[in-house]
Amino acid sequence: MAAIELTVNGRAVAVSADGDTPLLDVLRNHLGLKGTKFGCGLEQCGCCMVLIDDEPVKSCGRVLSTVAGRRVVTIEGLGTPERPHPLQQAFLDEQAGQCGYCLPGILVTAKALLDRNPAPSRREIAIALDDNICRCGSHSRILRAVEKAAAAMRGGDRP
Amino acid sequence: MTGSMPAALPPLLEANPRLDRWVRFPGPGRVAVSTGRVEIGQGVLTAMLQIAAEELDVAPQRIELHTGDTELTPNEGYTAGSQSIQFGGVALRLACAEVRELFLDTAAGRLGCARGELAIRDGAVVHGGAPTGEDYWSLASAIDLGRHATGGARPKPAAEHRVVGRSEPRLDLAAKVFGEAAFVHDMALDGMVHARVVRQPRRGATIATIDEAAIRRAGNNEIDIVRNANFVALVGADETVVEAAAAVAPGHVRWEGVEPLNPQQEEARWLLQQPSIDHVYGAPLPAEAGARTNRREATFTRMHIAHASVAPSCAMALYQDGRLQVWTHSQGVYPLREALAKALKLEREAISVRHVQGPGCYGHNGADDAAADAAAIALQRPGTPVRVRWRREEEFGFEPVSPAMVVTVAATLDGARRPADWTTEIWSGRHTGRPGRSSGSLLAADALPDPPPPPEPVDPPEGAGGGGTRNGGPLYAFPAKRIVHHLVPETPVRTSSLRGLGATLNVFAIESFMDELAQEAGQDPVAYRLSLLSDPRACAVVERVAAMAEWHAGAPGGAGHGRGFAFARYKNRAAYAAVVAEVEIEQEVRLTRVWCAADAGLVINPDGAINQLEGGIIQAASWVLKEGVRLDHDGISSRDWESYPVLRFSEVPEIAAELVDPHADLPPLGIGEAAGGPTAAAIGNAVAHALGARIRDLPFTRERVMAALLKG
Repeated sequence: MAAIELTVNGRAVAVSADGDTPLLDVLRNHLGLKGTKFGCGLEQCGCCMVLIDDEPVKSCGRVLSTVAGRRVVTIEGLGTPERPHPLQQAFLDEQAGQCGYCLPGILVTAKALLDRNPAPSRREIAIALDDNICRCGSHSRILRAVEKAAAAMRGGDRP
Repeated sequence: MTGSMPAALPPLLEANPRLDRWVRFPGPGRVAVSTGRVEIGQGVLTAMLQIAAEELDVAPQRIELHTGDTELTPNEGYTAGSQSIQFGGVALRLACAEVRELFLDTAAGRLGCARGELAIRDGAVVHGGAPTGEDYWSLASAIDLGRHATGGARPKPAAEHRVVGRSEPRLDLAAKVFGEAAFVHDMALDGMVHARVVRQPRRGATIATIDEAAIRRAGNNEIDIVRNANFVALVGADETVVEAAAAVAPGHVRWEGVEPLNPQQEEARWLLQQPSIDHVYGAPLPAEAGARTNRREATFTRMHIAHASVAPSCAMALYQDGRLQVWTHSQGVYPLREALAKALKLEREAISVRHVQGPGCYGHNGADDAAADAAAIALQRPGTPVRVRWRREEEFGFEPVSPAMVVTVAATLDGARRPADWTTEIWSGRHTGRPGRSSGSLLAADALPDPPPPPEPVDPPEGAGGGGTRNGGPLYAFPAKRIVHHLVPETPVRTSSLRGLGATLNVFAIESFMDELAQEAGQDPVAYRLSLLSDPRACAVVERVAAMAEWHAGAPGGAGHGRGFAFARYKNRAAYAAVVAEVEIEQEVRLTRVWCAADAGLVINPDGAINQLEGGIIQAASWVLKEGVRLDHDGISSRDWESYPVLRFSEVPEIAAELVDPHADLPPLGIGEAAGGPTAAAIGNAVAHALGARIRDLPFTRERVMAALLKG
């Protein structure tokens, strides 16, 4: 089969896999990016959220052939312990998580929100995150962390 | 001299008495600390590290923490029941204190001074604050930690704590925020295969026909089918094709011996007509139960509840050279090892089980079953690591669920309209079914040849905190109170423990009824309860939350706005929690605010404890407002997040949670499950306040709200 080319976290990759392979499987099993999580495979929980051309998309429901030539960003593309994204820093500062399994998807959804709306209200943040399930009940902290990250980003932490 | 006084050891130190099972000094500047407790999302490892750092007087960064590993760590049974800090932490604290005292004794001998003149500062022995040249590592070769703990050491008083009582950040959070491979789901071993199981629909069901060729075709003919009696698994190197085959495989297997279920058993009242095993706890039943005008009674129900962890269960297993290794997010690596040995007919010593983190765990979910699946397949594929990841439908459909319950509370009132005699009568399936005991089960074992007999119908004993009976006895000072427990052995689906066990519905029932009695007595619900509580710590949390929420006696309700209060002490012996909830109701209940005050004695990590309270509040709100397992003739039919909805971000309330006196020099009390019952009941009381009519069946669906509106 011909390799399918796309950009993942700013890096050009060519994936030799069936075009029907879910993007989630491509990321986790072909590219070794384990940050994006499997939650349901039904596009209902948001654990597998990634950005495709800056839009939040549940990667369990998108197949490889549909992302040829596209830009995909996963949790690994947000930041690193040395250079955390303001959202990641805010989640650590607020201790916003319990089991943490849902967090990569939530961080990606939140990034998409803040990229298009730098000053969302708490209500707007909550509605954006309705695509993501958190079962441990860390919601209050997560909402607070997204607010803080938004404030930090507006404050000029980033150009 | 350590241990000159014989002391009773905490139970877990008694069971694991060797000090080197808890603490070792593996190399210069390093400390290895072991705990049998495992991280299930509750932050317990951070708290355990703080306890060890505190009692050993070393910087937390020096400690490598070993957790949940049959090769390395103490056997502490299960990480469950809000007992990790209250029991596991207390055992670790005493073991660490004893190690510190042993080393100080030896240092004193070497230095020719009294132990009392010495102290330890970040692992170094100091004399009058000055270095002595001795430290844990210089002394380690002279001290054999292979000895048994005496329990004679004296842990630090709270006033001396520097690490305990601090809100240290969680050890595990950064890896998760940066998307590292933090979970057992993310493990990848060389040569690993992926596997899915075609589930036996019910215990005792047998395969009539299986179209293996059709299943293989669905997997691109790249998969193998592993079959052993009624255990069927699909195995292949490419997870995508294995998953594709698994999605259609159930349609290619015809089973025999599957009796259809009665879908009406999804609501709880069928329990009242079932044979049951009955016990009475507390005051004897009153001799005559004739009609009395001062007797009040109300009945409350709840459907089965799913754990609904955010990801389905997963495990890895490798069988090599006669040894089985298992990686699992089970709550108990030692009990799981026992169960695997029995189910797979292996020697216990030939199995090692190691905990790796999984999605948040709130009780006995599919984790143990997935581990048994992986192990059963690994035995058929020696030398190949086998990764089993359940499907979402499988987790919802086959994990043990929390049993449906019916609770009737009845009180005989005295002249002041206070209960003189109280009965909590409980009908419930079992709240335990964990593998490794005769009462437990593993799905793979039921499908393999020579399946075990049905699990014995037992419930956690009342003396150990109870299962269905948990918190069935109110803490209030009533002259006579009793629990009547009807354990229903036959349930339509497998049931086991979920956070809080029976406490959730029992507290919901008791505290709802207390509001009704307060109303009849013409008293404010908070004042009524305070007049019946004799425990000052209970009164303190009630008064604190009333102050936090600016509770006013007689505040007007109705018109779709309401506030409710509730209180309980978890298991009547763990943390105290009082909750105020505020709701707005049009056609549906919207929970707007929750206040909670809790007393958990000495708190190791206050922010971690608050996080647990917040999580417990949101989860209980979800149970009460949304959740109930749906059944059809085939079993559980709510197998996705649309048919089993949980609370989403736009539905969570604003929460304020506070700890009462967290630095008190009092024994730590388990807090992880303390908020659930009071939250459920406070919401119920707020809904009744808002509607002017009470809903006694959970969840509070739109239909029930509309019916109550018509009544109110």
